[in-house]
Amino acid sequence: MRGDKVLMVGNEAIGEAAIRAGCQLYFAYPITPQSELPQLLARRMPEEGRVFLQAESEVAAINMVYGAAGAGSRVMTSSSSPGISLKQEGISYIAGAELPCVIVNIVRGGPGLGGIQPAQSDYFQATKGGGHGDYRLIVLAPASVQEMVDLTALAFDLADKYRNPVMILGDGVLGQMMEPVEFGDIKPEIPSKPWATTGRKGRDRNVVNSLYLDPNKLEEHNWHLQAKYRKIEEEEIRFDTFNLDDAQLIIVAYGISARIARTAIEMARADGIAAGLLRPITLFPFPTGAIAQAAEKARAFLSLELSAGQMVEDVRLAVNGKRPVHFYGRTGGIIPTPQEVYGEIKKIAGEEVAK
Amino acid sequence: MKVIFDCPQALSDVTTHYCPGCTHGIIHRLVAEAIDELGILERTVGVASVGCSVLAYDYLECDWQQAAHGRAPAVATGIKRALPDGIVFTYQGDGDLASIGTAEIIHAANRGEAITVIYVNNTNYGMTGGQMAPTTLIGQVTTTSPGGRDVKEAGYPLRMAEMLATLEGVNYLARVAVNSPANIMKAKRAIKQAFRVQVEDDGFALVEVLSTCPTNWRLDPVEALQWVEDNMIPYYPLGEFKVSGEVK
Repeated sequence: MRGDKVLMVGNEAIGEAAIRAGCQLYFAYPITPQSELPQLLARRMPEEGRVFLQAESEVAAINMVYGAAGAGSRVMTSSSSPGISLKQEGISYIAGAELPCVIVNIVRGGPGLGGIQPAQSDYFQATKGGGHGDYRLIVLAPASVQEMVDLTALAFDLADKYRNPVMILGDGVLGQMMEPVEFGDIKPEIPSKPWATTGRKGRDRNVVNSLYLDPNKLEEHNWHLQAKYRKIEEEEIRFDTFNLDDAQLIIVAYGISARIARTAIEMARADGIAAGLLRPITLFPFPTGAIAQAAEKARAFLSLELSAGQMVEDVRLAVNGKRPVHFYGRTGGIIPTPQEVYGEIKKIAGEEVAK
Repeated sequence: MKVIFDCPQALSDVTTHYCPGCTHGIIHRLVAEAIDELGILERTVGVASVGCSVLAYDYLECDWQQAAHGRAPAVATGIKRALPDGIVFTYQGDGDLASIGTAEIIHAANRGEAITVIYVNNTNYGMTGGQMAPTTLIGQVTTTSPGGRDVKEAGYPLRMAEMLATLEGVNYLARVAVNSPANIMKAKRAIKQAFRVQVEDDGFALVEVLSTCPTNWRLDPVEALQWVEDNMIPYYPLGEFKVSGEVK
């Protein structure tokens, strides 16, 4: 397949990319709208001599991930919003024990059982920790099926590099839509893992653990984790821009929202409104610096999300009061049309001109 | 001079945090002896659970992972699937295995996951201050059943060994006690057998060990051993429930 383009749905593209990235084990529990991923891997993992196991629950699946990651293997799980909530206990333990793994969330509308249509309402949960304790995931937000491939490969490398769980935050549109992709040269960078519990032959014993009963030791561990997150913020921020340089109105949007924003921006430009896009690819680390820099020139910001307004809080922190930050979003699986978003652009542009 | 008794290699030379008279120490030793005798220390990974035995990773010399409450069989599944040649065991209490972890233990057993489970039943949540567990005996006073366990409110003590013995995936399953030298010898044989099943790649094995909790039972260590005999064994009968996949 190398170099050749093939048509795939997003969920399957993640699965195929994971195999090429050296994922040895995959544990999951069925949930819509990510079912194509376990269905693909149920076939493909055994073909490659690797492990596919359907767990009895999301809770079990993430704990299987903990075990396999602790034993030094590249491992992945996937789910959608309600299932990701169930995984939070395990994710917190994984973050605490500093185990590398990849967790895919193909987001659907909530809260509760919500619906099965696409949403971006798990932003807080994904980027602010999600489970108990002070921890962060690295969160990658693809906006195309090709990017699902590229970011899956990156996710495994970043997880190993930082010994940290990495979440791929997609949505039901990206998961289920079909686009041409190429897998190119995925060359996994797998470091040695001397800390893994592989049996103590030839070394002292290893313990994978997140328990520190001595408060001084626990605080030391927490500062160690925080130092790692700061390093990730320094080194791993990724974002994309469109018509940003001269933009007076900057839309900040990720994933599928960014594609809608792009079309709306083209409509605005055609009408002479200098709109532009800043698309975070990493949601943690968030491109705070790039937004702050853009706030020096632009007159206003609009956070566009399939939620009631979550990322907008990070945009406001980045803009830090320098410019007005507006929000537009739809929830519950409703996807705004480019015309609808353009309407918002015009409204904000009118307000800014009026000032 | 012939050495007839020594500290097992697999047992760490440290003081444990267990209360005086608690039989976790004996069970740790039996696990260590089994690991030594089977020569598997260098390929063994233990999974510690949440409860009194949370610090088991400080007491046995193998590699360890510490698991969330009840999740040890899922963690062990992940390890075993990643390391098919490894020897993976969980060490879980009754709050962990019989309450919050029922789904994980049932499904690991039902898959015939090639792991060994040491299930220590002392009829209460010892670490958190002696609360009622699913295994608490009828009428037994605990800090959350101050009037004694009332079956109308709290249901009946859960016999996990009997329940799990119904599952096709289980190769070996026994209930033992460590309240007398004779019972300790039988416990030793069962624990070693549960590891041997895994060494021979023969599926899932579990040993339920009736253990004491003098502190929370408000008994002295000797009385606690007698309490196991008089109260636990009549409700939780000892013996092998499954051997080589056959129901006994």
